[in-house]
Amino acid sequence: MNYFPDEVLEHVFDFLTSHRDRNAVSLVCSLWYRVERFSRQRVFIGNCYAISPEKLITRFPGLKSLTLKGKPHFADFNLVPYDWGGYVQPWIEALAKSRIGLEELRLKRMVVSDDSLELLSRSFANFKTLVLVSCEGFTTDGLAAIAANCRFLRELDLQENEIDDHSGHWLSCFPDSCTSLTSLNFACLKGEINLASLERLVARSPNLRSLRLNRAVPLETLQKILMRAPLLVDLGTGSYVHDPDSETYNKLKTTILKCKSIRNLSGFLEVAPRCLPAIFPICLNLTSLNLSYAAGIHGSELIKLIRHCAKLQRLWILDCIGDKGLEVVASTCNELQELRVFPSDPFGVGHDAVTENGLVAISIGCPKLHSLLYFCQQMTNAALITVARNCPNFIRFRLCILDPTRPDPVTMKPLDDGFGAIVQSCKLLRRLSLSGLLTDQVFLYIGMYAEQLEMLSVAFAGDSDKGMLYVLNGCKKLRKLEIRDCPFGNMALLSDVGKYETMRSLWMSSCEVTLWGCKTLAKVMPRLNVEIINEHDQMEICAEDGQRVEKMYLYRTLVGPRKDAPEFVWNL
Amino acid sequence: MSPPLLRAVEGEQSDVSLVASSPTVDSISQNGSGLKERNYMGLSDCSSVDSSAVSSLSEEKNNNLNLKATELRLGLPGSQSPERSLLNTGKLDEKSLFPLLPSKEGICSSIQKNVVSGNKRGFSDTMDGFSEVKNSVYTAGNWMFNAASESESPQSVEQGKFPGNSGMNVVLSSRPSGAQSSIMKEFPGNLLQEHHRATIGTSHDHKTVSNNNSSAPAPKAQVVGWPPIRSFRKNSLATTSKNNDEVDGKPGPGVLFVKVSMDGAPYQRKVDLRLYAAYQELSTALEKMFSCFTIGQCGSRGAPGKEMMSESKLRDLLHGSEYVLTYEDKDGDWMLVGDVPWEMFIDSCKRLKIMKGSDAIGLAPRAVEKSTNRI
Repeated sequence: MNYFPDEVLEHVFDFLTSHRDRNAVSLVCSLWYRVERFSRQRVFIGNCYAISPEKLITRFPGLKSLTLKGKPHFADFNLVPYDWGGYVQPWIEALAKSRIGLEELRLKRMVVSDDSLELLSRSFANFKTLVLVSCEGFTTDGLAAIAANCRFLRELDLQENEIDDHSGHWLSCFPDSCTSLTSLNFACLKGEINLASLERLVARSPNLRSLRLNRAVPLETLQKILMRAPLLVDLGTGSYVHDPDSETYNKLKTTILKCKSIRNLSGFLEVAPRCLPAIFPICLNLTSLNLSYAAGIHGSELIKLIRHCAKLQRLWILDCIGDKGLEVVASTCNELQELRVFPSDPFGVGHDAVTENGLVAISIGCPKLHSLLYFCQQMTNAALITVARNCPNFIRFRLCILDPTRPDPVTMKPLDDGFGAIVQSCKLLRRLSLSGLLTDQVFLYIGMYAEQLEMLSVAFAGDSDKGMLYVLNGCKKLRKLEIRDCPFGNMALLSDVGKYETMRSLWMSSCEVTLWGCKTLAKVMPRLNVEIINEHDQMEICAEDGQRVEKMYLYRTLVGPRKDAPEFVWNL
Repeated sequence: MSPPLLRAVEGEQSDVSLVASSPTVDSISQNGSGLKERNYMGLSDCSSVDSSAVSSLSEEKNNNLNLKATELRLGLPGSQSPERSLLNTGKLDEKSLFPLLPSKEGICSSIQKNVVSGNKRGFSDTMDGFSEVKNSVYTAGNWMFNAASESESPQSVEQGKFPGNSGMNVVLSSRPSGAQSSIMKEFPGNLLQEHHRATIGTSHDHKTVSNNNSSAPAPKAQVVGWPPIRSFRKNSLATTSKNNDEVDGKPGPGVLFVKVSMDGAPYQRKVDLRLYAAYQELSTALEKMFSCFTIGQCGSRGAPGKEMMSESKLRDLLHGSEYVLTYEDKDGDWMLVGDVPWEMFIDSCKRLKIMKGSDAIGLAPRAVEKSTNRI
C-alpha cells in the first residue's frame, strides 16, 4: 500500500493512542510495521518476562514512555514468594546503554533497587515521570537520587509501595532549581518528612496539581501547603488530626475555601472526625473520593460526608459505611461509575460490614456504575440478578465474599445463577472475580456469555476440570486467568495448549495439576515459560511426576526461560 | 493454533473444532464410564476399586448437569422472569455445546495433538488414579448433603440436584471451629484441602441455618492470601486501627508482618507474627523458611550443585546455638527473643534477625545457653 508517503502514515498513526490500536496497525504490512515502530513513543509491556529490553530497544528506537509489570497479580496477596523476580535493573541498564531518551517509567509489582533508581536518575536527561505501584526493594535513598538528579522531573507517584524509610531528607534533595513538579505522591511512606523542605518545594512548584501526603504531615502543614497551592486538583491529606476549636483548624477552613479546583480527595490516614466539616465545601465538586485508608471515620460521619458529594464518580470506601451508608451513597451519588468497598476488619467479625442489600441499593441509585470491587459478608443470587438487571454496563465486577465458599444464605444454593446473570447481562464485562460457593455451572455461564472477558480470578470454586474447560473454550478474549484452590487438574490444563499463547498468563495454585501435567505442557509449548514455585517442598529432579504442584505460573514469552529465577522457581 | 470455540447461541456447531477439543472433555465427563469403554486412560488398571464409584458419580453428574442446563433461567426460583427470553431461544442443550456423548471411533486418535506423547500408558500411569478419585471425592464432598432426609443414596448427592430440592439443607456456612482449623496456612498436597469445604459434624435443621444468619460467624482461620487484599493495605489498616483501637478498646487487627533477616542470606523474608501463639511456633516457622541457607554459603541463583541444608540440620544448628534469634524493639534496641511473654513480644517487635551465635554473645552474657533453653 504505497499510496501515502511515510510521513502521512506517521501523522495518521499519531492519532492512535491506544496500545492495541498501534499493535494492530503494525501487523498490517511491513511498511506499516516500519512506520509504526519508528514513530512509537509509548510502549506497554504487561509481563516483563515476555520480552527482553534489548528487543524492545531495537524495535522502538523512539521510545519515550515505558510501562512494565512484573509479578503475577496474586503476588499482591502473598501467594508469590518474596524473591520470585520482576527486577527492573536489567531494563534500566539496557535502556541506559542505548540511546533511548526515556522520559516516563511506570512500574507495577516490580522489584526496584536504590541502584536502579540511581542509575535511572543519571541516565536520562529528560526524565519526567516515575510512577511506582506496588513495588518494593528500594529506600528513600533511591528517592533522594531521583529528586536530586532529575532536573525536569514532573511526576513522582508512589502508590502502595513497600519502601524502607531511612529518613525524611530525600525531599530536601530536590534542588532549588526544580520548579517543574506537577505531581507528587508519597502517601505510602511510613517515616518522617522534613516539613520545611516540603513547604518550600510546594512553594516553588507553580504547576503542582496533584499532591498526596503521608501520615507524617500534620494538619498545620497541610494548611500552609494549601495556601501555596490553591490550584491543586488532587489532594491526599496526611494526618488530619487537630483540635477543631483551634486557630489552625479555622485557618484551614478558610484556606480550603480557596481551593476550588480540588476534584480528587484521599488520605485521612489518621483522622479526627470532628475536623471533617472543613472539607465539606470541596465535597460538592469532588469526582473522586478515596477513604479506604481512613479507618478513623466511622459510619455516621462517613454518611454525613458523603451527603455532600453529589458529583462523585469514583468512591473507595471501607465497609464500616454499612448497608445504610451505601443507601445514602445510592441516593446522593447518581453519577457514580466506580465503587470499591474494602473490608475494615478482614479477619474479624464484621459488625458493620456490608451485605447484598448495600449492593442492590447502589445498583438502583447508580445506573452508570461500571467498575465494582465489593468485599462483603454475604451475597445472594437474587441480589446479583437484580444488580445485573439494573447495571448492565459493568466492565469490571469483582465480588469478594469474606468467607470464600459461602452459599446464598437465603436459599443455601451456590451463587452460580447470580454470577451467570452478571455475565449474561453485562456484555462488555472485561474483568471478573468470583467468590462464594460456586460449582462448574458458573463457569459454563462464563464460557457462554462473557465474550469480552479478559481477566478472570477464581478461588475455591468449581467441581471438576469441566469448569476450567468451559472458560478456556468459551472466553475467546481471555488474557489473564488466575486460579487458586480449585479442583482443576491436568485434563483441563492440557486440553487446549494453544490457548495459552493467546493469553498473557495463567496462574494455578493449590489445584490438582501435577508435575507431569506441567512438564508435558512445557515440552509441547516452547514459547511458554512454565514455572513451578515450590518454597517448602524443595522439588528435586527426582520429584515424582504424580506430585501435585503447589504453584504454577505460566506465561507466553519470546525470550525463553528467564535467567534470574531463584532456586525455588523451577522453569520446566 | 488452538481450535476456535463453540458458538452455542446461534445453534451453530463447528463440529471440527468441537471434535478437536472435545476428546479430553469426553474423557473427563465420561470419567469412569467412557474410560472403561475405551480404556485408553488405563484407569481401570490402577484404581479399579474406585473407578466404579467415579464412573457412576460422573454419569449422574452429566445427566444432572444436562438437566440443569435445560432448566437454565435467570429469574428468581419460581418466577417467570422476562429474562428467560434473553436466553438462547429454544432449550439450552449443553450437549450441543460440548458433545459429551461417547463419540465416534475416530476421536481417540485425534486426541489433542500435543498431549499424545506416543505412550498413552505413560500418561495413564502417572495420571493419578487417585487424583481422579480426589476430584470426585471433592465433588461428592462439596455439598455434604445429609441425605438422611431424602431417600437417595449418597451417589445422587451432587450439584445437579439443587433446582428443585426443598428438603435438602446445606449448612455449609455453619463452620464449627474444628472445620475451620483444617484450613491451614500452607496447603499440603492432600485431601484436607479439598475437605475444607465439607462441613464436619453438621446438623441439618433449620435452626442451625438461621443461627448462621443472625449470629456472628466464628472467627475465621487465616487462609493464606484470603481475603484478597494487598498486603500493603492490610498492614496499613493494621497500624491505623491499632492506633484507633487503643482508644476504642477493640481487639487488635489480624496481621503483623515483620521482616526477618538472617546473617549471610541473600534476601530477607517476612512473617506474620499474629499467625503464631508462642515462641516455639515462630521458631519452627523460621526454621522452615530459612532452611535453604547454609552457613556462609548462600544459595546463589542457578548455581548448580550447591548444598541444601535440611530443616533438621538448621534446627540442630539453632539448638547447638550456632544461630540466635533476636529482634529490634520499639526503642531500636536489639533484644534476644524469648525473654518476655509472647504478647508483649509481638507488641514491641519491629523486625527479626537470625544472628550468628558468635555475634550474639555481646547481646546477653549467656545468650548461647539461653537460646538452647528457649528455642
